[in-house]
Amino acid sequence: MAGTAVRGRLTWQTATVGSVIDETPTARTLLLDVAGWPGHRGGQHVDIRLTADDGYQAERAYSIASAPGEPLAITVERLEDGEVSPYLTQEARAGDEFEVRGPIGGYFVWQPAFGGPLLLLAGGSGIVPLRAILRYRGLIGSSVPVRLLYSSRRLQDVIYRAELDHAGDGVEVIHALTRSQPAGWTGYARRVDDQMLAEVAWPAADKPLAYACGPTSFVETVAAGLVRLGYPPVRVRTERFGATGQ
Amino acid sequence: MTNGPAADGPAAYGLALEDAALDGNAIGGLLIEIFGTEMTTATGTCGTCGTVSQVAELAVYLRGLDTVVRCRGCDSALMVFVPVRGITCVDLQGLISLTTS
Repeated sequence: MAGTAVRGRLTWQTATVGSVIDETPTARTLLLDVAGWPGHRGGQHVDIRLTADDGYQAERAYSIASAPGEPLAITVERLEDGEVSPYLTQEARAGDEFEVRGPIGGYFVWQPAFGGPLLLLAGGSGIVPLRAILRYRGLIGSSVPVRLLYSSRRLQDVIYRAELDHAGDGVEVIHALTRSQPAGWTGYARRVDDQMLAEVAWPAADKPLAYACGPTSFVETVAAGLVRLGYPPVRVRTERFGATGQ
Repeated sequence: MTNGPAADGPAAYGLALEDAALDGNAIGGLLIEIFGTEMTTATGTCGTCGTVSQVAELAVYLRGLDTVVRCRGCDSALMVFVPVRGITCVDLQGLISLTTS
């Protein structure tokens, strides 16, 4: 079964880029072929290692964008001063190779036995592992109710927008656009705050399970806010992407 | 907008960029390398203040090749990983216990 026990050490394997999909002006999905890929769980990530001609190596972690059973895919957001993301989002082509190890992660994962309702909170590229969890939920036909609060700078920065617009039964997607909004926008037009969480989050009495992912500042703000709303800290799972300036 | 710190980035949330730590999820691969098993759900107890945390929730700072993992309760260094000539030196003295689930 996909990615349960880890036997022994992780090994670096060769990943070949199968195809690329431009999701937004700055985010690209890469489908990867890895011989003997053991499968993965929604919410896990892989480590990627690039080696330059002079032997210099750079390593980064990227959340897996696809569900268990689907081909391995990662979605990468290009960082202005990034070392690896400019290559992955602008240069990498079908047939290119680099090293990957994984799947990694046993904390920021969801399975039906954990229950719900689910509150998913995404800041920018933090949507990636949450989308994998959503796709997994869809594949297994789970009816656990989901609310996804997704904070992005502008509408054109929303990753997987069309897919999320048709997220299916039991999934409610709420967008917050923090920098600019299209004409006629009636949704949230500011960064997540306690008031927004109070309006969007499942009541604590429903015993919800929350997953927050994105820039560290976003995750810290929502996690603290949910605890103030009465969520037990153990029911708020967090994954921080660092200071990406979302 | 210039390439400077984004107006709605970490500074707007009241955090200096240096404070924007990662968490144990980010070093999941390193931890499997060191311990031979998934460690993000392991629980660590801080030897200084007694706070018990899942490794995934600890504050992680990547400084060049070095990795420092700190207690969120008191900021003490719980785990330090430093690669030296192809070997990773591991300092766990900040922990009083580390238990896998």
